[in-house]
Amino acid sequence: MRAPDTPVIVKGEALLAVENVSLRFGGVKALTDVSFDIRKGEVRAIIGPNGAGKTSMLNCINGFYHPSEGRITFKGETRRRMRPFEAARGGIGRTFQNVALFKGMTTLDNIMAGRFLKMRSGFFWQLLRYGPAMREEVEHRRFVEDIIDFLQIQHIRKTPVGKLPYGLQKRVELGRALAMEPELLLLDEPMAGMNLEEKEDMSRFILDVNQQYGTTIALIEHDMGVVMDLSDRVVVLEYGRKIADGTPEEVKRDQRVIDAYLGVAH
Amino acid sequence: MFYRDAGQYKSSYAADRAVFPLREDRIGLAVILLVAFVAIPLFAGDFVIKTVMMPFLVFSLAAIGLNILTGYTGLISLGTAGFMGVGAYACYKLTTYFPGVNIIVWILASGFFSAAVGVLFGLPSLRIKGFYLAVATLAAQFFLQWCFIRIPWLYNYNTSGAIEVPTRTLFGVPITGATAAIEVRYLILLSAVVLMTWLASNLVHGRFGRMWMAVRDMDIAAELMGIRLLHTKLLAFAVSSFYAGVAGALLVFIWLGGAEAGDVFAIRQSFLILFMIIIGGLGSLVGSFMGAAFISALPTILKFGLPAMGIPIAGATAEHLNFMVIGALIIFFLIVEPHGLARLWQIAKQKLRIWPFPY
Repeated sequence: MRAPDTPVIVKGEALLAVENVSLRFGGVKALTDVSFDIRKGEVRAIIGPNGAGKTSMLNCINGFYHPSEGRITFKGETRRRMRPFEAARGGIGRTFQNVALFKGMTTLDNIMAGRFLKMRSGFFWQLLRYGPAMREEVEHRRFVEDIIDFLQIQHIRKTPVGKLPYGLQKRVELGRALAMEPELLLLDEPMAGMNLEEKEDMSRFILDVNQQYGTTIALIEHDMGVVMDLSDRVVVLEYGRKIADGTPEEVKRDQRVIDAYLGVAH
Repeated sequence: MFYRDAGQYKSSYAADRAVFPLREDRIGLAVILLVAFVAIPLFAGDFVIKTVMMPFLVFSLAAIGLNILTGYTGLISLGTAGFMGVGAYACYKLTTYFPGVNIIVWILASGFFSAAVGVLFGLPSLRIKGFYLAVATLAAQFFLQWCFIRIPWLYNYNTSGAIEVPTRTLFGVPITGATAAIEVRYLILLSAVVLMTWLASNLVHGRFGRMWMAVRDMDIAAELMGIRLLHTKLLAFAVSSFYAGVAGALLVFIWLGGAEAGDVFAIRQSFLILFMIIIGGLGSLVGSFMGAAFISALPTILKFGLPAMGIPIAGATAEHLNFMVIGALIIFFLIVEPHGLARLWQIAKQKLRIWPFPY
């Protein structure tokens, strides 16, 4: 990726604020009165047992779901009903729990697709594939190649992603999200189904993205070791409610969190 | 041996992004173009040009149009023949009202009319997908076909109920109508197809192609990249119908020189074009040509080629044999390679590249 021009990370300023968000599907309450914030430059983990509403929370943040109540403020702007492409324009990138790559396209094209919003040349030049269209193509290719180097996926540059093993697919998906140059990166279980080595690699990438480029990261993960090592602050959900919020150490000692994960004696 | 990428280094990203990165491919393309532009008009007889080459080119163009919609964007359409018809009738009306403007301008301009109609019928595609969208486009097909028969204004109240192609000239040489030489018509058609294929290839290799394929492969993720689904799908409908419309205008004005709507723009034709891209290869421009050759030219070759080679079969027998052979070949190809002839071609090239080694 491009050499960072000395990113000014001011941790503490809220980039995203979730206030009293509730989400209902008919009678099912996926989220109930959840509030937390994500500060600029931090790695924020969202954890909780299965079905706690973590993915629903991410879906609310990038506009797939619209909260039934409450509001979400991103970069000081509150939107009642944000659509996904508006979230993308605002600078929210995302990876999915089940890899959501463009299977028929090569690694290169997948990451290039992530540059979509940065490309401007019009229909006419695209038809001719000349002038501005070609200049733009080369310019963004350079950026994409930096990401490919960063993620060490040079060898699969021209392989259709449908043929790649799972671990590499996850990596390509991260690359595609990075190509958007997001301010806030939402990672939904980036290490699910990976072996130890792949997890270590992925952790390294996440930390590098956060530290070198100052990208704010919200992370859903089940591997507690990873969560405790990577994140600055953790929010814990259970049955759609927030039960704890704080640094990893605080959360680890919280009795309600321990109960949620280990169960309570009746 | 003669098809290798060894030694062909790319020193710029522009060269790496080229549509034909291999020298052998470029030479092959040049040879094909040379044969098509020079050898065929010189040496092939009128019959071959008229019954083999011209339908092949017209349907290739229509197949490219449908491939942009179905193969690249993942939206099934059964209205291709209807959109072709819009192009043909639009061209007819335009050249009737403005006979002074060159017919080639109107053939290309008629694409905009079918693009507009295509966008209109593409509107439901945001909400419905797959078979349901196919049925919605089927409505377009029936409605348009009804228009072609029931609105006499479209065919200038001709008693035949068909388009009667007037004679139009280019630099004094007649290119449409009864007096136009077949070679001239062929060269016009070929030029239009080559030009539009080049433009389509540029489009699908760039930003818009990636946008379409992203929506095809995973629309949720595409939306997160900032791609607006409705815009993307409507653009695909517009470009696809544009190609179909131009193909339709070329079909009537250059190839057939007069056509009854009931025949050439019927639902059967829509299906045939869909089969062309399925057999040729979804999401492949080369596949569009292969599919068109397979479905449109092969029957003719079988029908007239076998007697020509000295195998005596009667007309009716040839017809039946034709159906059987084509049917068997379709099944064979779908079993051997469900991704179409284009994939077979790709595999063959890959094998050739590393030959004689297996990998």
